Amino acid sequence: MVDINLSDAEKCYIIDGVKLGIRVDGRDRLDYRHLEIETGLVSTANGSARVRLDRTDVLITVKMEMDRPSPDQPNQGRLRFFVNCSANAAPEFEGRGGEDLATTLSAMMDRLYSSPYTLDRSCLCVVPGKHVKVLYVDIEILDCAGNLFDAVSIGVKAALWATHLPRIYVTGEDGGELEFEVSDNPHDTERINVSNAPILITHLRITENLTIVDPTPEEEECGPVQVVVGVTPSGLITALQQLGQGTFTTQTLSAAIKLTRELGMKIHTHLTAKLRQEESMENREIRGFL
Amino acid sequence: MDIELACELPRVRAMVGPEGPQRPPLVTPGEIITHDTSFMRGHGTYMENNTQVASVAGYITRVNRLITVTPLRQVYQGAIGDTIVGRITKVQNNRWKVDVNSRLDAELRLVNIQLPGGEQRRSSLEDERGMRGLLREGDLVCVEVQKISNDGGLRLAARSSKFGKLSQGTLLGVSPSLIVQDKQRMHDLPCGARVVFGANGYVYVSPTVPEEQASTYTVNFEEVPVDVRKTIGRLRNCIKLLAHHSIMISPTSVMTAYDISIEQEFEIRDMLKPDVMQDVAITTVQAMNE
Repeated sequence: MVDINLSDAEKCYIIDGVKLGIRVDGRDRLDYRHLEIETGLVSTANGSARVRLDRTDVLITVKMEMDRPSPDQPNQGRLRFFVNCSANAAPEFEGRGGEDLATTLSAMMDRLYSSPYTLDRSCLCVVPGKHVKVLYVDIEILDCAGNLFDAVSIGVKAALWATHLPRIYVTGEDGGELEFEVSDNPHDTERINVSNAPILITHLRITENLTIVDPTPEEEECGPVQVVVGVTPSGLITALQQLGQGTFTTQTLSAAIKLTRELGMKIHTHLTAKLRQEESMENREIRGFL
Repeated sequence: MDIELACELPRVRAMVGPEGPQRPPLVTPGEIITHDTSFMRGHGTYMENNTQVASVAGYITRVNRLITVTPLRQVYQGAIGDTIVGRITKVQNNRWKVDVNSRLDAELRLVNIQLPGGEQRRSSLEDERGMRGLLREGDLVCVEVQKISNDGGLRLAARSSKFGKLSQGTLLGVSPSLIVQDKQRMHDLPCGARVVFGANGYVYVSPTVPEEQASTYTVNFEEVPVDVRKTIGRLRNCIKLLAHHSIMISPTSVMTAYDISIEQEFEIRDMLKPDVMQDVAITTVQAMNE
């Protein structure tokens, strides 16, 4: 994603390390780097989260609007993902440079949440067939040091968890048009049930039959092909996409999927516990960007 | 995988520098330094309406009537004789372009390198054709600054057996202002690794190589054994944590941090966690002050 050009010697050092089971920074094949998370830092949005994974930095905000439902799903709300790659993350993102990555990312998120087993969208319905809530999820890539997909998907889950939607009451009807009242009490809100919201886990095939998770940009440079797997807390695989040119053997792929299931369930439990802990804190100081 | 909440993490604070009244005053760009016109204008300042104003963020240094502002962080400027580490970005006619963490890419001419075999002769057309055989895009080189041209670009030279292509290992980029000025830039540390502290902020950690192999343009692709990798990984993480806490990087500070991390029995991958990083950094500073 970010342009770095490694010498053959460095690549050799990285790949041999994976074969021997010790990566350049001392991690195992299945170790993640340190992940830092904060929710509710954007006061103007309905929900927000910021995720940092080493130097990778993403900010996710959720905003709600009212719209008509799509004709084939009259009583389901909608989720829309928009990705913006800041030129601060990498000089290549300047102008329209980040557009390809942004499209891939938002398509992947769309696909991840398109499964009916991931998020119950009927709770976003206000008047069936007429008015539903649409959640606009804006993903801002502030810095990029590898493994964007995992960081973004974890951030989206955290932001949806932290989303408080104002309650909307139908107060009456005026000439066929419904009248609404939006509750202005900041505590009269609804939450979204994210207990089934999925996350993505990226597996980078670095050499024959060996995959690693949470690759650094240097490692991404060594392995041309990645497979991104979406998994729900119950271990259900909801999305799968290959990125880059290259091939996986069936054994490698099925091993990666199996691993996603184990790893995904662990991450989900851990993430939920942490989000609960953050919510239960009283007078939490918001760190933000300072 | 460990997920942490941003509000629980320790704040990063500067660990060095004099405290209290001896601390030199800090200025930001645009801040007025003095209204007294009898002072001379030095680097990092400019005159505006008969007042002297800072043009960079940094500490004020005063020598007799000359006021300069020493910047805290700066892009590598280059000085003749500096040993630096760079990455080849382009192969051109008779010269290579090298990324040296500076404003402009530096230039390394074919005539300024020692040709393989160590023989002293004029470079021929044959050499010119085989330039990519010596150094390709992405290769890392250890070179010396020979000259600074008028536009601020650097001209490099590798006319001695200690300079040349770097073989297997890992590159780290830190702020150039953190690298301690030193005559000797290449160190074979007692723990069994070779570290090149490039004056431009690029630090290269690699296995110790036997003297006769040190300067050739061929790379050894032999597998690096696990215990050497562990040493390199630990050193890498030590240098990273020192840079993160703005501690000057020198062989002494790196070895101190290395020994402390072994003494306190931290695993290499644990040294990616902020709390461990801070622990090691504080202990290192204390040990260095004794």
